[in-house]
Amino acid sequence: MSRIPPTALIGLILTAVYFLSAVFADFLAPYSYFEVVGEVWEPSSPDHWLGTDSIGRDLLSRMIYGGQITIFVATAATILAFVTGSVLGFAAAVAGGWVDQALSRLVDLIMSIPALIFALVVLSVMPVTMPVLIAVMGLIESTRVFRLARAVAADIVVMDYVEAARLRGEGSAWVIFREILPNSLSPLVAEAGLRFIFMVLFISTLSFLGIGVQPPLADWGGIVKENKEGIVYGIAAALYPAVAIATLAISVNLVADWILNRTSSLKGGRG
Amino acid sequence: MSETDANDDGYDDEGFIPVRHVAQGETLLEIRNLKIEATAYPPGEPPQDIVIVDGVSLTLAKGRVMGLIGESGAGKSTIGLSSMAYGRGGVRLTEGEILLSGEEIRTAKPGTLRRLRGKIVTYVAQSAAASFNPARKLMDQVVETTVVARGVSRAQAEERAVTLFRKLGLPDPDNIGNRYPHQVSGGQLQRVMTAMALCPEPELVIFDEPTTALDVTTQIDVLAAIKEAIADTGVAALYITHDLAVVAQVSDEIMVLRGGRTVEVGTTDQIINNPQEEYTQALVSVRSIDHEEKQPGDRPVLKVEKVTARYAGLKKDILRDVSVELYPGQTLAVVGESGSGKSTLARVITGLLPPSEGRVTFDDRRLSGDLKGRSKEDLRELQMIYQMADVAMNPRQTVKTIIGRPLEFYFGMKGKERDDRVAELLEEIELGQGYGDRYPAELSGGQKQRVCIARALAAKPKVIICDEVTSALDPLVADGILKLLLKLQKEEQVAYLFITHDLATVKAIADSIAVMYQGRVQRYGPKSQVLAPPFDDYTDLLLSSVPEMRLGWLEEVVANRKMEAAGN
Repeated sequence: MSRIPPTALIGLILTAVYFLSAVFADFLAPYSYFEVVGEVWEPSSPDHWLGTDSIGRDLLSRMIYGGQITIFVATAATILAFVTGSVLGFAAAVAGGWVDQALSRLVDLIMSIPALIFALVVLSVMPVTMPVLIAVMGLIESTRVFRLARAVAADIVVMDYVEAARLRGEGSAWVIFREILPNSLSPLVAEAGLRFIFMVLFISTLSFLGIGVQPPLADWGGIVKENKEGIVYGIAAALYPAVAIATLAISVNLVADWILNRTSSLKGGRG
Repeated sequence: MSETDANDDGYDDEGFIPVRHVAQGETLLEIRNLKIEATAYPPGEPPQDIVIVDGVSLTLAKGRVMGLIGESGAGKSTIGLSSMAYGRGGVRLTEGEILLSGEEIRTAKPGTLRRLRGKIVTYVAQSAAASFNPARKLMDQVVETTVVARGVSRAQAEERAVTLFRKLGLPDPDNIGNRYPHQVSGGQLQRVMTAMALCPEPELVIFDEPTTALDVTTQIDVLAAIKEAIADTGVAALYITHDLAVVAQVSDEIMVLRGGRTVEVGTTDQIINNPQEEYTQALVSVRSIDHEEKQPGDRPVLKVEKVTARYAGLKKDILRDVSVELYPGQTLAVVGESGSGKSTLARVITGLLPPSEGRVTFDDRRLSGDLKGRSKEDLRELQMIYQMADVAMNPRQTVKTIIGRPLEFYFGMKGKERDDRVAELLEEIELGQGYGDRYPAELSGGQKQRVCIARALAAKPKVIICDEVTSALDPLVADGILKLLLKLQKEEQVAYLFITHDLATVKAIADSIAVMYQGRVQRYGPKSQVLAPPFDDYTDLLLSSVPEMRLGWLEEVVANRKMEAAGN
């Protein structure tokens, strides 16, 4: 294993901190997320490290639980996007012909509508629950994964070893999972990091607009929304979740960059 | 560069258009104890310095041609480029001296090198198609360095270019410069590139495998043109190639290289006719496998009858009325140049391209034209080996998985039974047990091809289609593969349909031969008949174009040809 470059190390540590605090939220948070424990917008104090929010709840606790929700929704939606997108993308590349045409044009159609507008329309007619949110986000983003997976697979499908497998008489499942998947994993893993970031931004945006996670639960975007009035009075409460969104995005990006670099050097590129 | 620096090096531009006469015997290039290093970046490991060329010395007199020969990785291109003090891909010329006309250039400043490259030393690359800018006309590219480095007027440079085009035997020399690179054939493009290199009246030209990518019949013309141009202009040349027979035709001296070191240096005559080192002897005798032709049996295992085929969307038939037969335990060689349809024939037989007419019969059963219509048994009995072994194997599977999969798939072998059979097969292809856990990237080119052979053999096929299986390999390695194939044929009684453009390979392995030309079978029969006169014009051209390992062969062939090569 080569030495991890410092940027990737920073990314890895921050990402790990966010994920661990999400997993162990119940142990870490000093108060519950819905309990009113003080005055409105108290400044930070030993009792409330980040102060209190717009109705007097402990902001640090809300941040920790908010992180849990943000990361959970983003992870679940990313997984959904990857499973759907890559399986369909591989299938399109392997099958070719009208299957490929039908899937690709459908994806073009979905992609021609801006993702946020599309989500707003769908979510305004559907009950906004966590599973619906995840499904909508995952399916919209799966179109991007589809494009990548199809492009990567299209390069692999023309390789002689895939032809050799076909001449042997292998079925599509073997070709997809044993010949194509192992060879397309590295670009897909790097893409997964980037997609995760988009998911974090996506859910934050939706919540900020009020059609994401519903109160009293809140993700980071929701916490920004709740506390945004405070900015006018010089209260920093809305900035903490904003900073959290930004640092999570940057740190995951640093990790994804590092993975992409490492894997491309495997193929003979410059590491 | 301005006109004024044109003459600051003492080379005068008089006699620019006519041929220059260089006094012979004077040393032009002298390389002493050259060491070239590079840094390798193995994934997951710290970078390492590796030595590419170690202690090579050579002397080249004015007007002489030296051939640099060796297998891939011998360092021949790297040494060639070092004569203009250039290290391609970040290699470093770390030690030794490179004297050009007595001047040390290894440590020279960029300014000095800039005056040198493209003017005193020029370069002809292997792939002309990849080296020309597709968006600019040929003439613009040919005269560019001449105008810049020599400081002559554009009109003068063009005049010289046209003279060179004529000398190199290009059609319509006055106007060919107005074409774009894609509008001329590969052989012509290679000659235009030679003209580009000769145009600024260099002292030294580096030819880096200039004919390797060309068809064999085209190679001759380019080779003859290059030889004549070198002789006429009196330029000195380094001719880099892996083909000893080719280098024997053009060079005065030959240096044999292996692994970055000199094996042997001598005159062409001495290297070809009286090689001293064992390695050189092996290279000289490489194409001399003796193969007795077998009599055809009574029942062919594979029969292709009146097959016509075309690719979807194309208006032209790629195969027209092709009929051949292959007998059990024998080899049918399908010979032809690129575009002759020989690989398409393989695709039709394997079922990747259903024919529009005709049929393929295997062991008296008619095979479905489409892959999907064939039974597992049909698929098993007909295996295929590819030209590029590195892309024919999944890079993420170990050798054991690659060879074991057909065993699992066709015979349902599992666990120890399968592993034992894999070990047996590894033994058969002359690789040890230890190779089972390796990935393709950890094998050499020849070993990769051996693994592909084992994968084909694992299915216990009756017929193996070998599509140019040796053409990507170095001659000695290719020789080893051919011997292995012959040995396996004897042991397993498997028949080969051997597709190749290399007639030397054909002579070494075939029992019968089909010569293909423009989608048709031009000549077909037992080896002894096909290779015996009287020939039709195309077969004559093809047969005579195979470089022979003797001096003076090129002149003989060019004088005696009946037909012009198509790619000319």
